[in-house]
Amino acid sequence: MKNDILLEVRDLHTHFYTDEGLVKAADGIDITIKKGKTLGLVGESGCGKSVTALSIMRLIQEPPGKIVKGEILFDDQNLLKLSEAKMRHIRGNRISMIFQEPMTSLNPLLRCGNQIAEAISLHQGVSNRDARAKAVEMLQKVGIPDPEGRAREYPHQMSGGMRQRVMIAMALSCNPELMIADEPTTALDVSIQAQILALMNQLKEEFGASILLITHDLGVIADMAQSVAVMYAGKIVEYVDVVRLFDNPMHPYSVGLMESIPKMDEVVPEDKILRTIPGVVPSLYNLPSGCYFQERCNEAFDACGKKVPPLIEIEPGHLLRCWKYGQQ
Amino acid sequence: MLNDLRRKQLRVFLRNRIAVVGFFLTLLLILIAFFAGYVAPYDPNEQNVYSRLTSPDLKHWFGTDSYGRDTLSRVIHGSRISLAVGVCSIIFGMVIGSLAGMFAAFDRGKIGNLIMRAVDVMMCFPAEIFAILFLVMIGQGMDKLIFAIGVVMAPRFARLSYGTTLSIREREYIEAARALGAKRPRIVLKHIFPNILGEILVMCSLWTATAIRVEANLSFLGMGVPPPTATWGNMVRTGVSQLTNAPWLSIFPGLAIMVAVLAFNLIGDGLRDVMDPKLQQG
Amino acid sequence: MIKYSIRRILLTIPLLLVVLSMVFVFVRLAPGDPAMAMLGQYATQEGLDALRKQMGLDAPMWLQYLRFLGDLLRGDLGVSMLNGVPVVDQLRVVLPYTLELTVSAMVLGVLLGVPMGVYTALRRNRSADYSGRVVSLVGISIPSFFLGILLLYVFSVRMDLFPVLGAGRDGDLGDRLYHLVLPTLSLGLIMTSYIMRMTRSSMLNVLNEDFVRTAKSKGLQERIVVYKHAFMNALIPVVSVLGIYFIINLGSSIMTEIVFSRPGLGKLMVLAMKQRDYVVLQSVMVIYATLAIFINLFVDLIYGLIDPRIKYG
Ligand SMILES: Nc1ncnc2c1ncn2[C@@H]1O[C@H](COP(=O)(O)OP(=O)(O)OP(=O)(O)O)[C@@H](O)[C@H]1O
Ligand code: SF4
Ligand SMILES: [Mg+2]
Repeated sequence: MKNDILLEVRDLHTHFYTDEGLVKAADGIDITIKKGKTLGLVGESGCGKSVTALSIMRLIQEPPGKIVKGEILFDDQNLLKLSEAKMRHIRGNRISMIFQEPMTSLNPLLRCGNQIAEAISLHQGVSNRDARAKAVEMLQKVGIPDPEGRAREYPHQMSGGMRQRVMIAMALSCNPELMIADEPTTALDVSIQAQILALMNQLKEEFGASILLITHDLGVIADMAQSVAVMYAGKIVEYVDVVRLFDNPMHPYSVGLMESIPKMDEVVPEDKILRTIPGVVPSLYNLPSGCYFQERCNEAFDACGKKVPPLIEIEPGHLLRCWKYGQQ
Repeated sequence: MLNDLRRKQLRVFLRNRIAVVGFFLTLLLILIAFFAGYVAPYDPNEQNVYSRLTSPDLKHWFGTDSYGRDTLSRVIHGSRISLAVGVCSIIFGMVIGSLAGMFAAFDRGKIGNLIMRAVDVMMCFPAEIFAILFLVMIGQGMDKLIFAIGVVMAPRFARLSYGTTLSIREREYIEAARALGAKRPRIVLKHIFPNILGEILVMCSLWTATAIRVEANLSFLGMGVPPPTATWGNMVRTGVSQLTNAPWLSIFPGLAIMVAVLAFNLIGDGLRDVMDPKLQQG
Repeated sequence: MIKYSIRRILLTIPLLLVVLSMVFVFVRLAPGDPAMAMLGQYATQEGLDALRKQMGLDAPMWLQYLRFLGDLLRGDLGVSMLNGVPVVDQLRVVLPYTLELTVSAMVLGVLLGVPMGVYTALRRNRSADYSGRVVSLVGISIPSFFLGILLLYVFSVRMDLFPVLGAGRDGDLGDRLYHLVLPTLSLGLIMTSYIMRMTRSSMLNVLNEDFVRTAKSKGLQERIVVYKHAFMNALIPVVSVLGIYFIINLGSSIMTEIVFSRPGLGKLMVLAMKQRDYVVLQSVMVIYATLAIFINLFVDLIYGLIDPRIKYG
């Protein structure tokens, strides 16, 4: 493994066994995250972004979910093969996660400072007092005024933006190598969004961490990420660096996404994205045979309906899953 | 779309063995109550001096009492009272309770507020005490029992429909219907009622169970349908003094109450699983 | 918290007032004249009139109502129509019996129900959960008098392990406790079923919450996630319904007292009903309702104490 690679997901399959049938929420995911870099993961709602992230953390609820196949290589070990105890040592310590919903992601019965300190004393073996001091320090780092006072507050006493800062403080408190941020700003006001993103960028530099940034919003990707994986219906359809994606998106789905970005720096609500690409996301319960995107693709041709296109490297560092670009 | 949902709910319900058992048990009880005259081996009030206080045997499966009356036949006939009172009082309570709750949620003015405060007050009393208060006032009898238990159960329906109606009335389609000038009763009938029906159905079966239990309790205390009509509660009441020498007199009617209450609880429990998919997946 | 408590306490006053008024109205509307009931069918008109006057029944309704409230405030509940004993004295004797029964049943319900609810939630859809569910459904379906009778029959009549009737000799704690076992079991096991079901569903809800996932993502042990994070949160809805359960429990205790022939409010009430002693009946109802209101108040105050969203609201 090249040593600038931090995390490599290979052929990850995560399935859910529901009443309506089998959902292949992650259907052969391959992504690579480089050290100190940010990888953006974009796609419409329900395409499996959160499932991919939770699979990396091994937090898929079982049942109904199950990681059925694949490898997640982190620091030369396959996370999927680790014992639960070893995995616990990685969670929150070397890989941490920020969730979409700041309003519900903190325990309402515990003071914010203690919730941060809990992770610190667990992973760094320091005393409770030191852990709490470190928690206050982290709150200060994420730009919370009066960190000592805030540490003693309960989540309901804080605004959404504040809570998300607490989540970030918690995620960074043990100097993780990788921080997974699952739509960290979707639930927040526009003005707060920008602050939180800037904060994440700044802290990433300071701590030298990598970020897996999940979002609907290509504008966010442009500001934050170095490379992008575009996901559609449980599969990666395009994987490339940000510059090439924005210059010249090649997959028809990526092209559609790019066209849906509004001209100014304003933020797009999700339903606008849906409006510019005709049609809707296919139900994961009965996917079409062949390319999953064919019903909405205006460049579809007869080959598209026969087989699922493979993910191929059409130029160095640029992976595509589309029959239009042939099969090398 | 709606049909798909219903079909899925039916599938979930059928797969829930507990609920299916409850459903068939209830069906069986209703059939027994309906055809009590044909099912019962003896006349429930026929006295027989030659077989007094016989313990259960092939002739009298549940034994006989001190007048020689067949306990099984009395239990079978008693089912009519329990089921009729349980079901009728719940229907009565549901109608007045839900209407009051929906009205209060729509009104949200003085009268609505008053209704919900009254509900709070009524919920302060244990069900039995509240029912006894009524019965002391209006006297005993089957119709009065239904009325009293219905009134006791009504506040629960009021709270339920108040809560659900409040949450539904905020939704867009109701706003839209109102903007189009639809009249209040029309909105309630066309939009609100179908939406809260599911929840009311679940609670109906759980609360029918409660009503049957309350009826049995009142009957046991001597406030139910008066003798010589056999009710499960008053059978236990008279039987308990002979617990040492004739335990069957209180144990079989007691079992019958338990089974009936259980049957409705099983259905309600299963229905709730169907309505709340979060609790039943996996 | 203080504001919440004060508001909650103040809210109790009108509630109490309305409840008391309802009891008054209902009992006054009851058919049959109390004076007539007292003197029996051979009463003379003069005797009736004199008694009515003595009982204040000749006064206009509103005056009677005011007197009723005034008497209550002074702690005067009148004298029994039948034996002339002040009702307060009767209540003072029986109330402790009812309280010891209902409270111990509630305690048993919490001590058994909460752990069983958590246990079954964690073993969801496995055999322990399944049988727990069936048993608790039976538990909420069985009338308290029937469970009492079954316990009596098995443990007292057949096995002769426990006393059959009564509440034990006064002042003899051991004897009192000995007599309390079966009645407590018969109410407590029912409470256990209610509390177990509530705990289970609350626990299942909480285990699906986002903050539980956050706790896991910190690398905490399953045990800590379940008990420190999930369980504590699951307790809050359980505590909030304890008041309702206590009211159910209070209602069931009437039948239990009858089955076990224990002195208590329920027994007193049934006797008063039989004898049409409206003064006693009315007072017992007042006490039941007041108890229920205060229990609810107590539960709400505890709730405010354990939920920081209310404490620091
Ligand atoms: N617990 C679950 N049970 C059943 N199905 C699930 C579960 N979690 C996820 N899925 C399925 O997996 C699919 C992908 O879900 P996922 O949450 O990863 O989407 P997402 O891309 O993160 O969407 P969003 O942008 O809305 O967060 C969904 O369509 C859903 O059907
Ligand atoms: S494979 Fe065909 S249908 Fe799919 S994206 Fe490419 S061109 Fe469109
Ligand atoms: Mg997601």
